[in-house]
Amino acid sequence: MTSHSQRSDGPRRQSDGNAPEASRDGQAGQAGARVRFVRRGRAEDAPPLRDDPAPRWQPALLILLLWFLVWMATKGSDTLALQGRDQTGIMHALNDFRDSMLRGRDTNPVMRLSGTIADGFRGLVAWLQRLISIPAAPRPVPEIGWLGVTVVATWIGYAVANWRIALLVLGTFVSYGAFGYWSDSMDLLIIVGISVLVCVLIGVPLGILAGTSRRANAVIEPVLDLLQTMPTFVYLLPIVLFFGIGSASAVVATVLYAAPPLIRIAAHGIRSVPPTMLEVGQSLGQTRAQQLRKIQIPMAKRTIIVGLNQTTMAALSMATIASFVDGPGLGKPVLAGLRINDVGTALIPGLLIVATAIMLDRATTAASERADVIARGGGLPARVHRGILLGGAVVTLGALYLSRLMFWAAQFTDHGWGRRLAEVTDHAVDSATAAMSPITSGIKDGISYAFLNPLQDFIAESPWWLAFAGIAALAFVLGGWRALAPAVVCLAGMRALGEWHNAMITLAMTLVATVMCMALAVVIGVAMARRGSVDLAIRPILDAGQTIPAFVYLVPVLALFGPSRFTGIVAALAYAAPVSIKLVADGVKGVSATTMEAARASGASRMQQIRLVQLPMARSALVLATNQGLLFVLAMAVIAGMVGAGALGYEVVLGSSRSEEWGKGAAAGMTIVLLGILLDRIARRAAGPAPEGTRWFPVLRRRGH
Amino acid sequence: MTTDSALKVRGLWKIFGPKAERLIGTPDAALSRKDLQAKSGHVIGVRDVSFDVAPGEVFVVMGLSGSGKSTLVRLLTRLIEPTAGSVHLDGIDLTGMDENALREVRRRKVSMVFQHFGLLPHRKVIDNVGFGLEVRGEGKTARRVRAQDMIDLVGLSGYEQNFPDQLSGGMQQRVGLARALAGDPAVLMFDEPFSALDPLIRRDMQKEVIRLHHEVGKTMVFITHDLDEALKLGDRILIMRDGEIVQIGPPDEIIAAPADDYVKDFVADVNKSHVLTLRWVMRPPDSPDEGVGAPTLPQSTIVREAARTVLAHQGVVRVVDADDKFVGVVDDEDILRVVVAEQDA
Ligand SMILES: Nc1ncnc2c1ncn2[C@@H]1O[C@H](COP(=O)(O)OP(=O)(O)OP(=O)(O)O)[C@@H](O)[C@H]1O
Ligand SMILES: [Mg+2]
Repeated sequence: MTSHSQRSDGPRRQSDGNAPEASRDGQAGQAGARVRFVRRGRAEDAPPLRDDPAPRWQPALLILLLWFLVWMATKGSDTLALQGRDQTGIMHALNDFRDSMLRGRDTNPVMRLSGTIADGFRGLVAWLQRLISIPAAPRPVPEIGWLGVTVVATWIGYAVANWRIALLVLGTFVSYGAFGYWSDSMDLLIIVGISVLVCVLIGVPLGILAGTSRRANAVIEPVLDLLQTMPTFVYLLPIVLFFGIGSASAVVATVLYAAPPLIRIAAHGIRSVPPTMLEVGQSLGQTRAQQLRKIQIPMAKRTIIVGLNQTTMAALSMATIASFVDGPGLGKPVLAGLRINDVGTALIPGLLIVATAIMLDRATTAASERADVIARGGGLPARVHRGILLGGAVVTLGALYLSRLMFWAAQFTDHGWGRRLAEVTDHAVDSATAAMSPITSGIKDGISYAFLNPLQDFIAESPWWLAFAGIAALAFVLGGWRALAPAVVCLAGMRALGEWHNAMITLAMTLVATVMCMALAVVIGVAMARRGSVDLAIRPILDAGQTIPAFVYLVPVLALFGPSRFTGIVAALAYAAPVSIKLVADGVKGVSATTMEAARASGASRMQQIRLVQLPMARSALVLATNQGLLFVLAMAVIAGMVGAGALGYEVVLGSSRSEEWGKGAAAGMTIVLLGILLDRIARRAAGPAPEGTRWFPVLRRRGH
Repeated sequence: MTTDSALKVRGLWKIFGPKAERLIGTPDAALSRKDLQAKSGHVIGVRDVSFDVAPGEVFVVMGLSGSGKSTLVRLLTRLIEPTAGSVHLDGIDLTGMDENALREVRRRKVSMVFQHFGLLPHRKVIDNVGFGLEVRGEGKTARRVRAQDMIDLVGLSGYEQNFPDQLSGGMQQRVGLARALAGDPAVLMFDEPFSALDPLIRRDMQKEVIRLHHEVGKTMVFITHDLDEALKLGDRILIMRDGEIVQIGPPDEIIAAPADDYVKDFVADVNKSHVLTLRWVMRPPDSPDEGVGAPTLPQSTIVREAARTVLAHQGVVRVVDADDKFVGVVDDEDILRVVVAEQDA
């Protein structure tokens, strides 16, 4: 009974802690949380004690037992596994739909609009490519050669940030050329540049609108939710339909992926301007426009710049993934390497992507810090700074001139370093993996045989109706009606789309990866929260992990574990764990010092402190971490489809590149979305009321792919 | 006084909640704050408040936390919309005004000093001070000149180019003060301007307000929950509880004749001899010529200042009113009663 009351207090106290704003809001929030709590009890139609989460596991176990018994008798039948490249009716229908859209390219207004936009982007990308990346006929080289581009970039690095950033830029650009990936690198930067520009043009006004108008926010917020919960890959398919394969789709996909964080953060920045500041303005008689211009935007500026950094990193991540739809850039050679499981080929461009990520991250961060210093009248004396800039400009002009005139300055001389390095690394990787193979294959087999295979057999080899009923029943006992309803809708949708068997395989993988992710998150997160030194050591690694585009993770994981389902799981884990670990660490750290002192004073041991105080009080953070973990794992499951994880991911990947598989890919994509919603809803309801509005924020720092 | 008052407030109500308007005039409006909240979820912020403030007066509103002071002061400029009642500022009715006219009033007639200063962190001191002028569209040079004057006035010369977070709390509030003065408003409103400052600085700032009041002679509405501050600054004090007026009067009257136990508790710890005037300690004369030849003091003399004269003189001292009419007498015992009561407390 004590544990019961302690638990039901949890979320309420949490929501107190989450609303440190004005006491007025705090009161409302508190009341809201309480109401929700009561309602949940009623929804389950259970006696008060059943509100305790623990006993809910008993009926869940019972259901699993029943499921198991029926499974023994029926396994292997009605699994709806598709043979080979079979397609179901709905997939043909999707293909037909695609064909009719394509036929209507010149008449259908939507298609015409998207065609015009696509032409615009394609033209812009091509123009920039001729400028810096590919030969601009009749010249055998681009308009501006590598020397010019490199020096200009270095000069910009100095102008917006400082000399350290300038050196970083210089090093990165030189390595693009030295390793023989100059054009691909330039292409990547072109796509990222255009996308970030479009993101800013669209995102900042939208963010300001969402931040100032409740009504606009009510429209924008759900759209952003949808875009951000959808695994990235899934939107590539419809985008390809409307914008065609190539650079236009790459830009559109990147914008759709990278704009939401900027919109969110901008809106958040506007909204978190303290109400007193607005009151000050009002008391002086300012108009709405003045309020926006003189108070809200200036005060939100720093936050918006943080958003810009996030957006840039997200854009880089998506721009590499866009190589799946033939988007130009460094993603292409990585993808080519992955396709043939040649780690050596994929490694160098992968590392260049990482270098680009570091460069962009550092440069945007340093630029915003410098803007702050300058705004406050700090930094070098203006005259000195201007002098250096001017000198730099002269050098830059000289380099530009040279790079148009001299062949050596226009095209990087191929010393064959890149190729040689690729061979060397390939060798090194081969021998390293061979050396580690007893360990890696031990882990791989252990997890595969102990968890993955049995779980997959159980879920995917059940007849579809059994799995359907089992999942729905679990949703009900874990989360009540409010989990059951969406669960049934999602399951029915998945059944109708015809990718049931693959969905069940992906589900099994996702569950295993999420459980592993949470285990890691709890162990590492608690350690970080309890010891500052651990936090100091680990947080930079997590930050770095979140800066690296998701796609790149696949390369080392593939090297270590070879193509298999387990590789997908490890990649998903590497991708999802940083976020979950941080959430848990911050949640546990948020437990008040007084409470901890009280626990110590009453003689609780270390384990007791963790088990009885810290974890229960950080419950909402745990819920959040699980939810985020799930979504991230699922997003990665798609990308991992191409390194042997198979199932839904593979279908989507195939569908995005092969015309006749489009319908199948689209069906698989939609199935993934449904799977995501299904898991998200069940997890959320099962955990009780999740703190609203906190879902995205703590993950802000980096939201990789 | 009603005709030429700087501020005239009549029957002002604020009820927070969705159906506030409909409550006015119903029996529910007479319920206590707690009962009404329990019954309908509405919170009474200010209940049926009326008062006048004379031009040049320092009018202090005080009460415990949650008594509705901030709400009241915001109703006066319609930063919060009143549920019922009227506010006249300088003879103009604010309550019926449209947005534009109201904005004009806020730009020219009244300005506010906030508890947490409300300085814009991205602007330098000089631009914070000139902010109101900028809002009402004045040119940059005019703005700068005026802002510089105000900065000099509040004693911040030399800090024009600093950012707010480079100043101490007291200095920040001086900036807030300068900003409020810059627009040359008829009325200044202060919402607990000094409660975020430590006691020494607070005393400095109170002196500063008194000095400024002497120099610029503005009408001031001053919110505080600190009785000493109220007594020190106020020409008159309004005491609030649960959104209602409990008592309005000059400081000595509040101390000497508290309207009820609430006010009595409030003033229990105060240095009475610093506030009470002879008017409140004298007794009526036994005869018109009692104490003839003794020293004479006006009845507005504060007890502490009268003490020396009274104690030095054997027997009673005569007290006269503003017209020099003989109204009462005080002796050593009357004075000592006030001083001793204070030491017992
Ligand atoms: N927007 C609002 N909605 C609901 N209730 C409110 C609102 N604003 C104020 N209140 C309530 O009105 C009452 C008076 O609040 P107010 O802020 O005016 O008090 P105060 O006297 O200024 O207190 P303090 O000394 O703490 O500043 C409080 O009970 C408060 O909860
Ligand atoms: Mg207040």
